[in-house]
Amino acid sequence: MSTPIQIVPGTSTPKKPPPAQKEDSMLLQKELINGNYHELATAREMNRKVSATFVPGNLNELLMCFDFARSLPETNALQNGMRKKSGKMIMDAERDGHSEDVCTYVKADLGMMLQGQVGPTGEALPTPDVLLLSYTGCFTFMKWFELIRQKYDCETVMLHVPYQGDGRISKNMRDYVLKQLKEKVIPTLEKVSGVKFDIDRLRQYMKESVKAEEDLVWTLQSAKHKPSPIDGYFGAVYYIGPIFTAFRGTPEATKFYSVLRKEIEQRIREGKGPVTPEGEHPGEKYRLVVEGPPNWTSFREFWKMFYDEGAVVVASTYAKVGGVYDFGFRHDPDHPLESLAEYCLGCYTNLNFPQRIDMICKYLDEYQADGLLINSIKSCNSFSAGQLLILREVERRTGKPAAFIESDLVDPRYFSAANIKNRLESYFQMVKQKRAAGMGAKPAGHAPMPPIVPAPTAH
Amino acid sequence: MNTREIIARCEHLFEDLRFGAVKEWKAAKPGRKAIGYMPIYVPREIIHAAGMLPVGIFGGGDQLEVIQGDAYYQSYICRIPRSTLELGLTGRLDCLDGMLFPSICDVIRNLSGMWQIMFKDKYVKYFDVPQNYDDAIGGEFYVHEMQQLREDLGKLAGKEISDEQLRASIAVYNENRKAVRELYAYRAQEPWQAPTSELYLVLRAGCVLPPEEHTQVVRAYLAAARTEERPRRDNARVVLSGSFCEQPPLSLIKSIEMSGCYVVDEDFQLIQSWLLDEVPVSGDPLEELSKAFLHRSISTSSKYDERKEDKGKFLLKQIKDRGAEGVVFAAASFCDPALLERPMLQGILAQHKIPYTAFKYSENTGQMAPIREQAGTFADSIKLWSAA
Ligand code: SF4
Ligand code: SF4
Repeated sequence: MSTPIQIVPGTSTPKKPPPAQKEDSMLLQKELINGNYHELATAREMNRKVSATFVPGNLNELLMCFDFARSLPETNALQNGMRKKSGKMIMDAERDGHSEDVCTYVKADLGMMLQGQVGPTGEALPTPDVLLLSYTGCFTFMKWFELIRQKYDCETVMLHVPYQGDGRISKNMRDYVLKQLKEKVIPTLEKVSGVKFDIDRLRQYMKESVKAEEDLVWTLQSAKHKPSPIDGYFGAVYYIGPIFTAFRGTPEATKFYSVLRKEIEQRIREGKGPVTPEGEHPGEKYRLVVEGPPNWTSFREFWKMFYDEGAVVVASTYAKVGGVYDFGFRHDPDHPLESLAEYCLGCYTNLNFPQRIDMICKYLDEYQADGLLINSIKSCNSFSAGQLLILREVERRTGKPAAFIESDLVDPRYFSAANIKNRLESYFQMVKQKRAAGMGAKPAGHAPMPPIVPAPTAH
Repeated sequence: MNTREIIARCEHLFEDLRFGAVKEWKAAKPGRKAIGYMPIYVPREIIHAAGMLPVGIFGGGDQLEVIQGDAYYQSYICRIPRSTLELGLTGRLDCLDGMLFPSICDVIRNLSGMWQIMFKDKYVKYFDVPQNYDDAIGGEFYVHEMQQLREDLGKLAGKEISDEQLRASIAVYNENRKAVRELYAYRAQEPWQAPTSELYLVLRAGCVLPPEEHTQVVRAYLAAARTEERPRRDNARVVLSGSFCEQPPLSLIKSIEMSGCYVVDEDFQLIQSWLLDEVPVSGDPLEELSKAFLHRSISTSSKYDERKEDKGKFLLKQIKDRGAEGVVFAAASFCDPALLERPMLQGILAQHKIPYTAFKYSENTGQMAPIREQAGTFADSIKLWSAA
């Protein structure tokens, strides 16, 4: 799943929208992401090897130890989604024999390859030299890289990260991941890159990671302020950009997060809300927690449905797909490989249902949110299968209203703006009523308000 | 008993969504416990060694009306988790003391957590198997996971599971697998004598019967099938691939056969033939189970193929060993494992010039005409091809 975007002005609505408002951190972020695409595009000329891996369980510091140029196929897919290029890629992949039922990230990636691997910025991307199959929190990852290997014959190394089925990380799970890192992943990366592994180099990168992680957590938690100075979903996808992709562990990421933090500190001082693509947020009326990834093909239109109504997302689970840092985890330069194992095991989609529900309830409480909204993504069984139970449980436990909408990541065929808008409007209405009746209270003798969910489908 | 009688019994077990056989087994001795497992693979030996009955839960089939289960799933998710929830929510699984959810896909994975929340009084375990096949890495992880299961079930049973008990259970399942292998070999040899619609019911009986009894049923069926003369038809020999989790309705299997195909291999009940040969009963039992899993087990979509060359090898071997002429890819709608794997397998078949056809179903698919037509056309094309 996953990922971070750069906010691209003027790409997501049919009518040309006004250029997006940008602050220094946004410009810096755009520079970083575009810079990485350029690095990938010129990797062959520069005699650099290219790796590809996934955002959850992304071992960026380790890959840097071997001088790889680093590609994140999920990010490529979503960037193509935002630029309205993914629809054709998906259809090309379907014509090439891929089922309409499976994850559209995979199909957008395979479609991009079929179209000659022209990346989101227009430069051609090289075929990876190594696929680091960080098998964390998503079954599709395994098939995705098997599919690429089948077609392009890339060297592939599996890192199997067991699922937290019992809601905890056992010693056995940790040892297993660690052993794979030492005995499989590192030797393969050494072989492909020709660079010998140096653990001190890894420690060095991790020192940078910790700094960026601290500032990222501070940024995301700044949404506890009222009004929130950030949007923890739509805005957060751009905050998580560098750290969830090719930049965790780099001084550039450290700089980005410190600039970002300063900007937000300033906004708090000025009592400002989040920045939206159209400028300052019109004023915080509703504080929401969102579960599930956003839609990318109509990202700005989707976001607008929230800020137009005065809604701010104060926390989202999606902003944790590339690492859950807000409960204390940090990469540890003193135990670098152990902390990589811990990191992979702790990614959001590797958590079990009770953990996910606890986390959402905690967010609702700590961020003083009015309710939960689930954006259920057709592509993604990892996120979506069972989300209706999450909705019921969260409602039952917190008494706060919850709603459910459906869309897809990068397949424009599954974004129905009118439906989503309707449902959001009813939801905001419900939040308002609930507030009037006494926030979160469950008065005796009153049935809780039914959640806004799709009618059960005859299957 | 003749095949008709055996099949009638198996069909009764298959259709009984109240799991009467499990209840009877439990009632026969106070304190007996039963543990359910979902597709695709769990080491049933450990459950058996705890003195418990392993019960295969493969959804609700086409007879169950799913009402409550639908309220938990979006339209784009396969049907087996909803019908399984329906079974649970309507009390049909009350006879189970626990449920194991194997690592097959994210739907079953997430269902494990849902089960923890919705059935709080039951033992619930997500059972992970290794995707790394080195004894010292994946093997060690797997032995520990099995050990954990062994301890959990020991606690549930009120006494530890000994190595001796494990070895005895391994021997029981070795016998069961041997019988199943013989049945498979016989079906491939004389598919008109042991049609897949019958073999399937015989296998499904293994979901609810104790393995010792199931082995007898398999052997009895085999013995009866050998003695009965049935008409041989000029059917195309096909392997059916991709139906390893949500099961096609029985009528779909019959439709494929009626349309002119002999299904000479398939992947409906992989757990029963997952380990390809005998697991040694000497040595450390968990290590032996682990070695069998790592080095001598089938391939399927939920297992990683370590090397590119491994992809499709197992399917090609099935085709060769069973003398098949083509492959029917039959996958549950929205089944990620089957549908993501399919293009890779199709590519390999194309390289080997092996014909295939593909469709999707759900466990309650009712419209058989299109499938009959597609399978019939496929069978005809194979016949034409081989005549040319
Ligand atoms: S299934 Fe979900 S987590 Fe997996 S690749 Fe697709 S969108 Fe990402
Ligand atoms: S049918 Fe496929 S997607 Fe559905 S639960 Fe089974 S393996 Fe998972």
